Amino acid sequence: MSWFEAKTEKPQIPPAKALWAICPKCKSHFEKKVWKDNNCICPKCNYHGRLAVRERIAQVADKDSFTEVFREVSYSDHLNFHDATGAYKPKVEATIAKLGETESVVMGTCTIESHPVMLGVMDFSFMGGSLGTGTGERIARACEQAIAEKRPLIIFCASGGARMHEGILSLMQMTKTSAAIGRLKDAGLPYIAVCTDPTTGGVSASFAMLGDINVTEPKALIGFAGRRVIENTIRQKLPADFQTAEYLEKHGFIDKIVERKDMKHFLAKMLGFWGF
Amino acid sequence: MTTKKTVTKKAAPAKKAAAKKTMTAWDKVQIARDAKRPHVYDFIANVCSDFEELHGDRLVNDDRGLVAGFGMIDDEKVLILGHNKGATVEENMASNFGMANPDGYRKAMRLAKLAERFHNPIVTFVDTPGAYPGKEAEERGQAEAIAKSLEFFSGLKTPVVVVITGEGGSGGALAIAVGDKILMMENAVYSVISPEGCAGILWRDGKMAPAAAEALKITADELIKLGAIDEIVPEPAGGAHKNHKVACANVKKAVLKAIKDLKKLTPDELVEARYAKIRSYGNFY
Repeated sequence: MSWFEAKTEKPQIPPAKALWAICPKCKSHFEKKVWKDNNCICPKCNYHGRLAVRERIAQVADKDSFTEVFREVSYSDHLNFHDATGAYKPKVEATIAKLGETESVVMGTCTIESHPVMLGVMDFSFMGGSLGTGTGERIARACEQAIAEKRPLIIFCASGGARMHEGILSLMQMTKTSAAIGRLKDAGLPYIAVCTDPTTGGVSASFAMLGDINVTEPKALIGFAGRRVIENTIRQKLPADFQTAEYLEKHGFIDKIVERKDMKHFLAKMLGFWGF
Repeated sequence: MTTKKTVTKKAAPAKKAAAKKTMTAWDKVQIARDAKRPHVYDFIANVCSDFEELHGDRLVNDDRGLVAGFGMIDDEKVLILGHNKGATVEENMASNFGMANPDGYRKAMRLAKLAERFHNPIVTFVDTPGAYPGKEAEERGQAEAIAKSLEFFSGLKTPVVVVITGEGGSGGALAIAVGDKILMMENAVYSVISPEGCAGILWRDGKMAPAAAEALKITADELIKLGAIDEIVPEPAGGAHKNHKVACANVKKAVLKAIKDLKKLTPDELVEARYAKIRSYGNFY
């Protein structure tokens, strides 16, 4: 046996992905447990990573106060949409089966430090948090119920934008959500938009940017057009912090960057300030 | 248009119907983007009299990508808003080929508010590849400007008639396409994303744009079935670029009728009806 053949008995190493979490911002590596124990926040650069929707609800709503609404409102396939990889319907059905959620936003009533609210949390793992007809319908219905029950509205946004698979009707949900939020404000109720990482495209260009106050978490990506699209248009490199929470705050489109650990209390404080 | 020169008036509609049948969504994209198609100033010149253009958002800029001004359509005093792709190279550059900046949408809202005060109906001409994807556009809040437009026009207490004249490109189009009556020209397209963009993402190949155009259902005859538009405005044979006068006359007729119908409603009835229409998108009711 020559020396190079001696290597055949390799020790079994689990794939790196199973052990390590990599911060998408600073690219530092951490043990998965370290990342999780730190609430999906990078211990090195303080990037606030994505949270699962139920985890987010648990962190914001008072214990056992959350009652989900409009779960029956789900996607619709008016276009009978097919792309290169097949039909939309089985794809979205597979997502539903995998996640146990039926749309990209979960809506419900709850209390936050005893203040009653209508809370919405978007789920980026559901088709990229895209705005489908079901998503828009849930938000519109939530606004209407909030008006009837005099509840403030809070939505944690996380989305890549409109859902192409639902075509023009997806675009129309931008109008639907914006119109419903307009009515909520006219009824004397506040709306707080929390733009978490990432909030872009058609969602940023509708309900995510319509908060009476818009808040975000450190280093979240928030923007309308994609970075590459812009670079191709203007043929210039964009600054490194372009479309970050910090960049938007500097340019006046975000009221406050709130750390995850402080979010619940911040929301409760504002609600209390307005007398809800 | 075929090369046959003697087309009798009687034969024209049949021929047009045949042409329509064979025309793909991608063919319509080409017609909708044709540089010779009537632009916003062509519509203004042919639909409107005594037009007075007004400028600026009162904040930072006057966006050439979005034209605004007051004028008369017959005896109706209206506010005109429209994307401006530009007819010359200089205009193309100045107006970013009709891709509006946040300043454009804020100018539109400023003047729409004024139109509301004097109960002037608003007519919008929608023709844009999309909102401008630029560094300054992002810094000045492109997303916020579009979002605010959607909220604003949803509750505006004066009639809004929308005409999709060429390319209805995503959020940049939608920002001035929220209204009581949505008209769409026969060969225009209106989509959540450009066929090229969609093909790039879902087909991983921009060259699959024709397939994406088909799948997205972006033509007027598809959109009316989906309830996204209310009425299709016919174009002269071959498309609006073949005869601006006829195309504009058809638009004028449809717009005037819409205004007259909408003026029968009180401002509150108008806003309620508009909300009901917006709420119905997606057919959950």
